[in-house]
Amino acid sequence: MPGELLLEDVVVEHGRGARRVRALDGVSVHVAAGEVVGLVGPSGCGKSTLAKVATGLVPLTSGRAVFDGVPVERNGLRRRPRPLVRLQMVFQNPYASLNPRRRVGSQLEDGRAVHPGTAPGVAELLEQVGLPADAARRFPHEFSGGQRQRVAIARAMATGPDLLIGDEPIASLDASLQAQVATLLRRVALASGASLLFISHDLSVVRLVADRVVVMDSGRVVEEGPTEQLWRQPRSPFTQRLLAAVPVADGLGRIPQV
Amino acid sequence: MSTHEDSPATTTGTGGASSTGGATGAGGGLVVRGLALELGGRRLLDGVDLDVPAGRVTGLAGESGSGKTLTGMAVLGLPPRGARLSGSIRYGGRELVGLGTRAHNALRGKELAMVFQDPTASLHPMLSIGGQLTDHVRHHLRLSRRQARERALEVLEQVRVPSPEQALRRYPHEFSGGQLQRIAIAIAIACRPRVLVADEPTTALDVTVQAGIMRLLRQLCDELDLAVLLVTHDLAVMSSLADTITVMRTGAVVEHGPRHDVIRTPRHPYTRSLVEALPDHTRRLDGAG
Repeated sequence: MPGELLLEDVVVEHGRGARRVRALDGVSVHVAAGEVVGLVGPSGCGKSTLAKVATGLVPLTSGRAVFDGVPVERNGLRRRPRPLVRLQMVFQNPYASLNPRRRVGSQLEDGRAVHPGTAPGVAELLEQVGLPADAARRFPHEFSGGQRQRVAIARAMATGPDLLIGDEPIASLDASLQAQVATLLRRVALASGASLLFISHDLSVVRLVADRVVVMDSGRVVEEGPTEQLWRQPRSPFTQRLLAAVPVADGLGRIPQV
Repeated sequence: MSTHEDSPATTTGTGGASSTGGATGAGGGLVVRGLALELGGRRLLDGVDLDVPAGRVTGLAGESGSGKTLTGMAVLGLPPRGARLSGSIRYGGRELVGLGTRAHNALRGKELAMVFQDPTASLHPMLSIGGQLTDHVRHHLRLSRRQARERALEVLEQVRVPSPEQALRRYPHEFSGGQLQRIAIAIAIACRPRVLVADEPTTALDVTVQAGIMRLLRQLCDELDLAVLLVTHDLAVMSSLADTITVMRTGAVVEHGPRHDVIRTPRHPYTRSLVEALPDHTRRLDGAG
């Protein structure tokens, strides 16, 4: 089954000598085909570095990263191995990931050119993410923040990916849009048969979309398990603290105890 | 225009709020009436009514572009360049709308304090914490170097920054985001302000750190009898911290009331849509799982 990501004992270090920092310290993560995995943890825990490992943007110090049976190598000037293009990303800031000077339609066509035939047409892509067909003629700045992130999702889906990685894809959106865009990402990915790695520091949204959750802290995996089980019975004290700190909109004026 | 003034807790006193009587605390708070702001021919604030009493956390909610930050900035006397302000902002016995720059400068930082989202942006990266904590204190309160330093140590202790003595000699990059936000709050309360405008004070922080900052703000509000105006789009934070909530949309107030009522039984359809959009309320939509 395509869409499987396997990270084994991944170690990533930055800098050299005395200033050497271990960003990932022996991390193993598995995303099965058609699965939605949520990756949570505080800032600086290595969430984004992990996404960069999966896409070949940082070199591994040791360990192994394999996507669909193909080892992920560091991106260079050469053309990426074909199978690795079937992994696509959605970033935090859609305005930075779209070309501001080109119309949405032609940017989507670019994506479709990667795997001609497999990807749906532009109109269908826009419909999937809940945008009107005339959005293809517009420029990125003509959309609101939430709509622009929908365009970014459509752009990622245009290549017909097997795995979608969202690195804080909802962090720059209004609270009222976060849940909506996150569930959209899940729906669109699964409908096309792709798996999804959803990276976020927002635990309540991760709970909403993930089948399984991986909790990270200081470069290590602290705990992982099926979403609801992890929520009901977090085993590690770190996860317990993390979950206890999430404020709830219940109108009761309770500040989370940490 | 405030269309929905039907909440029971609202004092529907309009215009002539010359005295700070009624439900608004005896002193120190803010009373905003019919605040309007025009910029380049567009009306960005349209008749905002808001009470920010002392000893209470008043929440200002809404999506981006709703005018909540603009309202906070107008209170601080920092409207965008070229903006035309009308209506009334009463603070103590004074009217802040139309107040001159000099007079506003004397108030801001002293009696009207502020905390923003990103402490790394609001602190100067190349000045020591000590310098940034004493500069405005010496200016506003006319204290000596030594007195200002003592005051700085006092507030650092108050916001629970570990080893204040050493902290004074250190620089912003040596602290974590949560500690920096505590320092930013210390700077804000150093001159014993009456009003604190906190604009998304926890949005850039991790949840565990966020909980600590929320507790600190609550405590300062209660102990110092501060009038806190909490501006945030995060209804969960709002629900934890705010006593009353005012919801804004496109420059106008759509709903106003006690925290529990606004979140549990919102009257306005817009507020309802905001609450229903929260993850706890959203039904999980399964594609193929």
